[in-house]
Amino acid sequence: MEYFLELFMGGLTRGSIYALIALGYTMVYGIIELINFAHGEIYMIGAFTGLIVAGLLTMLGFPTSAILVIAIVCAIVWAAAYGLTIEKMAYRPLRSAPRLSPLISAIGMSIFLQNYVMIAQTSDFLPFPELIPHFDFMDKVGSIMSSAELVIILATVASCVGLTLFIKFTKLGKAMRATAQNRKMAMLVGINVDMVISATFVIGSSLAAVGGVLIASHIGQINYYIGFIAGIKAFTAAVLGGIGSLPGAMLGGLVLGLTEAFATGYVSSDYEDVFAFLLLVLILIFRPSGIMGKEKTQKV
Amino acid sequence: MRVKLSLIALCLVMAAMLAACGGEAKQDEKNDKKADVETGEVAAPAKLVLGVAGAHSGDLASYGLPTVNAAKLVADKLNADGGVNGAMVEVMPQDDQCKPELATNVATKLLSDDVKVVLGHICSGATKAALPIYLSGKIVVMSPSATNPPLTQSGEYPNFFRTIAPDDAQAALEVSFAKSLGLKKVAIIHDKGDYGKGFASFCKQFIDADPAIEQVLFEGVTPGAVDYSAVVQKIKSSGAEGVIFGGYHPEASKIVTGLRKKGMDMPFMSDDGVKDDTFIKVAGKYAEGVYATGPMDFSNNPLYQEAVAAHKAKFGTDPGPFFPEAYSAALALLNAVKVAGGTDYDKMIDALHTSYVETPVGKIKFDAKGDAEGVGFSVYQVKDGKYVEVK
Repeated sequence: MEYFLELFMGGLTRGSIYALIALGYTMVYGIIELINFAHGEIYMIGAFTGLIVAGLLTMLGFPTSAILVIAIVCAIVWAAAYGLTIEKMAYRPLRSAPRLSPLISAIGMSIFLQNYVMIAQTSDFLPFPELIPHFDFMDKVGSIMSSAELVIILATVASCVGLTLFIKFTKLGKAMRATAQNRKMAMLVGINVDMVISATFVIGSSLAAVGGVLIASHIGQINYYIGFIAGIKAFTAAVLGGIGSLPGAMLGGLVLGLTEAFATGYVSSDYEDVFAFLLLVLILIFRPSGIMGKEKTQKV
Repeated sequence: MRVKLSLIALCLVMAAMLAACGGEAKQDEKNDKKADVETGEVAAPAKLVLGVAGAHSGDLASYGLPTVNAAKLVADKLNADGGVNGAMVEVMPQDDQCKPELATNVATKLLSDDVKVVLGHICSGATKAALPIYLSGKIVVMSPSATNPPLTQSGEYPNFFRTIAPDDAQAALEVSFAKSLGLKKVAIIHDKGDYGKGFASFCKQFIDADPAIEQVLFEGVTPGAVDYSAVVQKIKSSGAEGVIFGGYHPEASKIVTGLRKKGMDMPFMSDDGVKDDTFIKVAGKYAEGVYATGPMDFSNNPLYQEAVAAHKAKFGTDPGPFFPEAYSAALALLNAVKVAGGTDYDKMIDALHTSYVETPVGKIKFDAKGDAEGVGFSVYQVKDGKYVEVK
């Protein structure tokens, strides 16, 4: 039973990170029907920003928990700026182009950002300081769940709840839903669609940055390539949950994380990815639009 | 148009130059022959031909050419002291491009030229293809670089020796080290790559063959995965007393960090992919106490320093890969000829097995299978942020 719980908590932590990144994919897809392949790189840039800020603040002698908060805030701002810029430079000029063009542009952006960080920083792995403080009250359950895992899961839950409330109850959230339903109609009723799309990128990037800093601090290392695999897995999670659906992305992330953890724990970690993608195939066979996705008539 | 014309002119000039060079070389050969004939009456000094086979052209030439240089340097050194038993050593390079089909040609050529000692080949595949021919001609062969374990361990080729440790030597050392730590149950983790999994599989083989130690977990992890917490839990629940990891440092540092954070301070042993300062930098305090095997350090050996200095003096560059091993192999082969008092096959083999020779990679002789004793790997441990050799 303890073994099961340990695996469960590990899977939940990993799933939370997937969910945070998947939200960005699914939001962008919901609004402009674009798979933003550069999203994984935003997560990586968030983590790097966290590392740089943490390094500076450590030199200035700030306490660890303050460093964590400031690093996350800086990472959010910086990653959001990147998200905004990418949208302006790589996607907006292609708004009325065929659907394939922004997709190619996204892939190009992803390759560019990876290589940019590799040149600007380093291709080596870098140590990431342990920013998440250790809580004494977690000692009793330390083997099942560590403080870092608790913080990651709580932060994810908070982000998801916050995002849901934001989409449901604010004016901008309402505008986002309207744009997602029908961009042209939204424009006609006076919604600044360009602004809404920019806001979507900003929010998605912020969530990815939170995930990036938290997981990097938990694992203790980053390099320029971490965004690629995390991005692929998060994209899988978004498709699994039903791309375009917010609760779907959260659920998809958790399901994927848990599947991987249990596949490793009870079968073999050699087959971790096999099970993750087998699950994807099965779900897409029986529910082609994902767990929470709505059937939509294909736009051609 | 003008560009084209000048290109053609350039080509012509180059062709002419090449032709000129070729002509000269031929003339030299003629002169040599004449010299031979002339000195023939004054009893020509005895010659000892050392065949040097390996990749001297093609994309793997950079692995083969340092061996030719090493052979030339050793020959020069011995000839300056009066040769081997009075015979002048002559180096005869033969190119196999690391291709098995060319390697058999090379072997046949060396056999028909009545060469008795061969330094080579470079690649395991080429070596394997050529060995039967050498064996039939009773030629002693020593490779500085062919690491495929069965070449010696199969026992099929008593004429084959090598100055480099076979691929599984590291795993053998790792397992015997784990035993010396008193471990009974170990978990073996690898990164699914050729290098990591290969190493892990050798470790598993040795552990399975040994009743004193048992393997409780054998798993591959996906490099670059977000975290390895599930594998860490699995190691914990398997009851392992130590972990052997085959792979590179990014995964190793993630796993070791995960283990230590969960309060598991069991020994963590890995390979030379982890014996890298980046590992210590990334894993930080969690790297302390980690063991890793790595190639023996012979850079302080005066013979090694002398060989490198000689290479710089003669060729003007730093030596390439396998140079120290090749230099040692040439020394060992020629020493065997010296001890045997000639190129008698049985006596040479006997000399290689019994008499020690000082070489850049240490004082060596060869075991019953043909592997050099005392070359290969040592165990290192992270102490105060540095890898220190464990004695």
